[in-house]
Amino acid sequence: MVKEKILEKGFLLIALSSISILALIAFFIFVEGVPLIWKIGAGTFLGGDRWFPSQGSFGIYPMIMGSFFVTLGALIVGVPLGVGCAIFLCELTPRGVAMAIRPMIQLLAAIPSVIFGFWGLMVLVPMIRSHLGGPGLSVLAGSLVLGLMILPTIISISEDSLRALPRTFKEGALSLGATHWQTIWRVLIPAARSGIVASVILGMGRAIGETMAMIMILGNAVQMPHSLLDSARTLTTNIGIEMGYATGDHRQALFATGVILFLIIMVLNSLAMVVSRKGKT
Amino acid sequence: MIARISRYHTQKAAKTIIWLGAFSTLAVMVWILWQVLREGVPLLRLGFFLDSPHQMGRTGGIFPTIIGTAVLTAVAILIATPLGVGTAIYLREYTREGKISRMIRFGTDCLSGVPSIIFGLFGFVFFVIFLRMGWSILSGGLTLATMILPTIICTAEEAIKAIPNSFREVSYALGGTRWQTIVKVILPNALPGIFTGVLLGVGRSVGETAAIILTAGSSFLMPTSLFSPVRTMAIHFYILAREGISMEMAYATGAALILLILVINTIANWLLHRYVRKLEGKGHA
Repeated sequence: MVKEKILEKGFLLIALSSISILALIAFFIFVEGVPLIWKIGAGTFLGGDRWFPSQGSFGIYPMIMGSFFVTLGALIVGVPLGVGCAIFLCELTPRGVAMAIRPMIQLLAAIPSVIFGFWGLMVLVPMIRSHLGGPGLSVLAGSLVLGLMILPTIISISEDSLRALPRTFKEGALSLGATHWQTIWRVLIPAARSGIVASVILGMGRAIGETMAMIMILGNAVQMPHSLLDSARTLTTNIGIEMGYATGDHRQALFATGVILFLIIMVLNSLAMVVSRKGKT
Repeated sequence: MIARISRYHTQKAAKTIIWLGAFSTLAVMVWILWQVLREGVPLLRLGFFLDSPHQMGRTGGIFPTIIGTAVLTAVAILIATPLGVGTAIYLREYTREGKISRMIRFGTDCLSGVPSIIFGLFGFVFFVIFLRMGWSILSGGLTLATMILPTIICTAEEAIKAIPNSFREVSYALGGTRWQTIVKVILPNALPGIFTGVLLGVGRSVGETAAIILTAGSSFLMPTSLFSPVRTMAIHFYILAREGISMEMAYATGAALILLILVINTIANWLLHRYVRKLEGKGHA
């Protein structure tokens, strides 16, 4: 019995590893990043539009806007396609076909982000450059690639929430004389709303967090993007590009960028959890 | 009177749009894979896999990066698997839904949403600098382990959850202790599910770049110990493409990377299917 007690404590200790790692991550990123935000002031750091590390000016406003626009673009591409694919898999195709397509969606999730970035660089960027003008390395290219990358998240969670609906919802609507599409649009989607919203929030989190693919196709200029064809830099790419050689205050500023990113992601994660829990009760 | 669009026309239009959307999604995915494979596969030779990169990777092969990928992944799996499976066992066999399990789930969910560049920053300041491991296999492997932990926890928990309760009851009725039940009944039955999770972790490790580039260095010399810096295939691919060293070599490395991911994914899928069928069979018996 003593052995069983010890084993139970041992397993508890192991089980606490994920939350301890999360705490460690938060602790170390904050310890490295917060002092700089403190030193130059949160307002200057978040609202400043000058990023000249060698002169000691660290303003990440252009990066915040870069992240915002690219993520918005990714959602405009990814949400209709993702929710559409989920409806397709649940309602418009026989079980056998869905079983064959699902592994392909999983494969989409397994393709490394550098491959997406490379494809964007070799295919989309030249296409945009020759047809629409500009450098090609642009918010538009980034949004399109990111939109694809967040599809697996949106599809799988939306599909789960559509499948979790009781059969009676569909049967009730159909027996009232609604067409199949009216049933999907007016009954099933509203009923699965919380899961779909959660999937969009998690997809947004993935889009904000993506780094390597964005370094390859956004062009990385520190500027406010004024059009879809402008180059941009996001919070993540700012860290990814400069971390290799940064020292002193510059390095701390990159960790401070990480602090902001971490906070945004935590807010989005909690939001997704609250939304999907609300749907369950 | 204004002619109204019949609801059947709306239905037809909506369904057509969704069909088009779904198929263009699949088509783009195939396009991405095809683009890299078409240019890259013809360049794959045995020598490419067995030679070291020369002139920064302009010529030669990718042998050290294959070793680097394998070693980093192995370290990550060896550390994350016991932790992940242990967590799943605790959640399913030792505790009921309560405050502690909710906290653990919250931690796991949050961890799975943290972007890989944040893991990279953390690994850099914690493993590389604070624990003085330097840019090394160990730092990179440990960082990867923290990253794939949520995946392994989730799949292991699903696998354990799927074991019928009657299995446990029989073990306890025969006088088995909880530990004996876990070792002799739970783990063997959950093994294929756990293995699927491990393979998903392998897939993520193989494709990861942002977290490793900040923690494992990017030297393409052959590693000699756990403290040597390494370069993985994914990072080699990224550096070749981004610095424009050689698009040909980038295509070849990318093709090798995609083929590896395809193999890992196919095995994981196949295992999962077999496993689900086996469990369903047991449920009916």
